[in-house]
Amino acid sequence: MTDVTNSQTFEGEPQLGDYYALMKPRVMQLVVFTAVVGMLAAPVSVNPVIGFASILFLAIGAGASGALNMWWDADIDAVMKRTVNRPIPAGKVSAQSALYLGVALSGMSVMMLGLSANLLAGAMLAFTIFFYVVPYTMWLKRSTPQNIVIGGAAGAFPPVIGWIIATGDIVVLEPWLMFALIFMWTPPHFWALALFMRNDYDDAKVPMLTVTHGRRATRNHILGYTVLLVILAVGTAFTAIGGWVYLVTALVLNALFLKGAYDIWQRDEDMSEADNFAVERKFFRLSLWYLFAHFGAILAEAALGMGGLF
Amino acid sequence: MALRPEHEIHSRRKGLNIGIGLMLGAFVLLIMLLTFTKITSPQFQIPASQANGVGEQVPTSTTGGND
Repeated sequence: MTDVTNSQTFEGEPQLGDYYALMKPRVMQLVVFTAVVGMLAAPVSVNPVIGFASILFLAIGAGASGALNMWWDADIDAVMKRTVNRPIPAGKVSAQSALYLGVALSGMSVMMLGLSANLLAGAMLAFTIFFYVVPYTMWLKRSTPQNIVIGGAAGAFPPVIGWIIATGDIVVLEPWLMFALIFMWTPPHFWALALFMRNDYDDAKVPMLTVTHGRRATRNHILGYTVLLVILAVGTAFTAIGGWVYLVTALVLNALFLKGAYDIWQRDEDMSEADNFAVERKFFRLSLWYLFAHFGAILAEAALGMGGLF
Repeated sequence: MALRPEHEIHSRRKGLNIGIGLMLGAFVLLIMLLTFTKITSPQFQIPASQANGVGEQVPTSTTGGND
């Protein structure tokens, strides 16, 4: 990390929205959605007040880790086009403020989740924040092309924590299937982004697979991970959290996703440049719907299982 | 010298301060709601050390001492 704090110029007072932007609201939305699904898919009902408070504290914890990520990565965020408008490189919030906000909210969210749900949920949130900030942000992201693969685990914990909020139990298969779904989905999702963001990661000297092994290898990896993801995603239909709704959703989405990965694998750089990475962009957009639809289907199965409560 | 009722920094930070104030108020309400929910739950048990009144200890033995 370089010293961004001292070289920054600030335009006026930071507003509440700037601090909110530090917490990566779009990532928080994904965290809330997958955690709610994890909580409702569990075979134990949760008091609505306790459930709401617990998910809120989990979201705050996720936001805190986002703020800490932006604090540490302020130097590379300032280089990449995709992140240059984030609050710190844009000069709206100081890096030090992001650090203080991240540390304070991390402590508060872990403590409050431990009190509102159970100690295991609090401990798992603490581990998730630690994993995202220290091994991923501070270490792996700048040292290995497997950064996204291992770092993807941090984004995969929320449904597990949702499950723990409801049950207090971690030694069952179902939450780990949801974990595996996000874990296997993350690499093709981010590698597709890396393909069409082109020089962003090169400029920032982040060793993404596109930078270290080239775009051909990245296309191969996208297809390889997608095949494994398809097996996992369709196989989940035959477990306790699956069912007919999930199976139909998975079959449709995985067929589309596999087709998209195959199309990416077939193309070379000249073909992608010719249509401005249209196939890669389409695959990236599809990946967002892919995850939403799978977790939506798990939620639908849980709702059907509750006997018409929804 | 007359005191200024509002420093210039207050007006600059008005939006931020109001936002934080509202969030803190909402946090207090949430904690109250959470507390009522927990203590009215069927699973709620008064800690043994508090069962006979605030600060009183439950006797460790009901059979008396050896003296």
